[in-house]
Amino acid sequence: MTNKDNIRFIQGNEACVEGALYAGLNFFAGYPITPSTEITEHLSERLPQTGGKFIQMEDEIASMGAIIGASLTGNKVMTATSGPGFSLKQEALGYACMAEIPCVIANVQRGGPSTGNPTHVSQGDINQARWGTHGDHAIIALTASNHQDVFKITVEAFNLAETYRTPVIILLDEAIGHMREKLIIPEPGELPVVDRLRTHVPKGVDYHPYLPREDDRLPMSDFGAQHRYNVTGLFHDMWGFPNNDPAVVNGLLHHLVDKIENSVNDIAMYKEYWLDDAEYVLVSFGSSARSSIHLAQNRRARGMKIGVLELQTLWPFPTDIVREKCANAKAVIVVEMNMGQVITQVKNAVDNPNNVFLANRIDGQLISPTDIKTVLRMIQGKGV
Amino acid sequence: MNDTPFNFKDYVRSRFFPHMWCPGCGHGIVLGSLLRGIHELGLNKNEIVMTSGIGCSSRISGYVDFHSLHTIHGRALSFATGVKLSRPHLKAIVPMGDGDALAIGGNHFIHAARRNIDITAIVMNNKIYGMTGGQFSPLSGPGKKATTAPYSTIDNEFDIVELAKSAGATFVARSTVFHAVEAKDLLKKAIMHKGFSVVEILSQCPTYYGRKNKEGDAVQMMEGFKNNTVKIGSKKLEKNPNLIQRGIFVEDTDKPEYCEAYDHIIETAMKGNS
Repeated sequence: MTNKDNIRFIQGNEACVEGALYAGLNFFAGYPITPSTEITEHLSERLPQTGGKFIQMEDEIASMGAIIGASLTGNKVMTATSGPGFSLKQEALGYACMAEIPCVIANVQRGGPSTGNPTHVSQGDINQARWGTHGDHAIIALTASNHQDVFKITVEAFNLAETYRTPVIILLDEAIGHMREKLIIPEPGELPVVDRLRTHVPKGVDYHPYLPREDDRLPMSDFGAQHRYNVTGLFHDMWGFPNNDPAVVNGLLHHLVDKIENSVNDIAMYKEYWLDDAEYVLVSFGSSARSSIHLAQNRRARGMKIGVLELQTLWPFPTDIVREKCANAKAVIVVEMNMGQVITQVKNAVDNPNNVFLANRIDGQLISPTDIKTVLRMIQGKGV
Repeated sequence: MNDTPFNFKDYVRSRFFPHMWCPGCGHGIVLGSLLRGIHELGLNKNEIVMTSGIGCSSRISGYVDFHSLHTIHGRALSFATGVKLSRPHLKAIVPMGDGDALAIGGNHFIHAARRNIDITAIVMNNKIYGMTGGQFSPLSGPGKKATTAPYSTIDNEFDIVELAKSAGATFVARSTVFHAVEAKDLLKKAIMHKGFSVVEILSQCPTYYGRKNKEGDAVQMMEGFKNNTVKIGSKKLEKNPNLIQRGIFVEDTDKPEYCEAYDHIIETAMKGNS
């Protein structure tokens, strides 16, 4: 029996808050921006109730800086934003990639570019999540289509941030962020929560903060604890001290990319619906996946062999999984609310990219099952 | 207090020397004053987090044997705010250059001051962007030469002391690298002050500012600090009001410190929760 207190009827943004607290969030810095503000508002109330710290910073950049600082003292940290704020955070986000600081950034997507369409839905920041900060790097980005999954991927975002010592981006969209639906908060222990890997190097023994173990992991030492070391955004040696020796630069960049790209299948989260015999596969994520699932259910009832692959991990892109799940499809339709961002990855993944089609909507309105059906009929040569 | 003799090597990472500052740069004197001050205070090295941004001055953080966080340009105070609020028992010291602190970092500077969070901000003011090769800064002032002002600057400068005061800093002081002992004593007071403290230390960049503006070599520039500055309220000001004043301009212990104020928020929130 589920405890009644654990059943909520809330916004997706609040489901993200609940997931973060479940994962052990104890420091949040944010700045007001639609449509993510509710995350910041709720945490201003909830965090101090648990002894955690909340701060509203002077801008988006400062919020990103503050969570990195607080992560280094041993906290689980998060910030929340939307498009324009996400743009502003990119330099510090790259710093967290380079210095390998665990942190979570929720981006509740609105229409862009620029100020765009603040109160309307979009999924236009998928590529920004991947390549928003300069230079080669790897990144993890997760998304979800319902509140139960928002909770789950938020917990997972913290787990992955700690495991891989990296920023993890939660890509919600305005529809999910503001929509209200049921959430059942899992009991403690029901979902795994990963704690930070800390060094066992004793006091007085040289600790190498940036010397990866054989498994590529780097045990941390909290600022304030016995090991004093340097953290920098410059290329650095095993002590964290700036170093531009070509071998050091080459080795560090490979480490930063490989630690994530080599674990793509471990990081991949997805859901599948009716894929076993599917001739038509809808690949989707976030609120677009809800319309995709609705349409597939509706067409299945009329005998059509159609299924849905719902991606929850967008980066690193689960290329092998997408190829395998789409292997037997006559046509793959990527359903997303942008000009075609995930479709590029899907075309790259599948054996026959000519069979991959885009069903999209970019006008600030939620893509509907009918929108997807129209594309489906065109592909089938049935007209609209 | 600490009565043992000061040994520079106890406080630096010898492995990472020689440092990268030019011959004649004033920043090493600031480092010396700071480390002597920390030694005299008898602080535990494990309880000091030095956070810096980008620039010549910001490289200080790498050389010292404290927890050190070398961040991105202009944002050091925001990173330090995260360090301090999450672990208020740590001493947060933020060395910055004039461009780092007051151009790209100006917003963080005034807001950290407004919050009165217990961070010690040291602005090493050499009136120039040194690391990028001598461009004018918001502290250069009008009529100066720089690589981006070949015809001279028309930009007015900030007065760091007045800016820090009006933004709400509760400890504000100024010294120069000529007055290294005075600078050390001011830094000690700033570090022990509960609240946001700002210490401006005039430092020389003979390589760029000095050469471009014909102010001579390092020794001549330091003599300039001796001759053009006076203690606050000096009688010399009556004859020459343009002399730069040194000393403590603000020392206010009444205003609540941010982390302590937040502890009260936690108490209130926890009561409401139970």
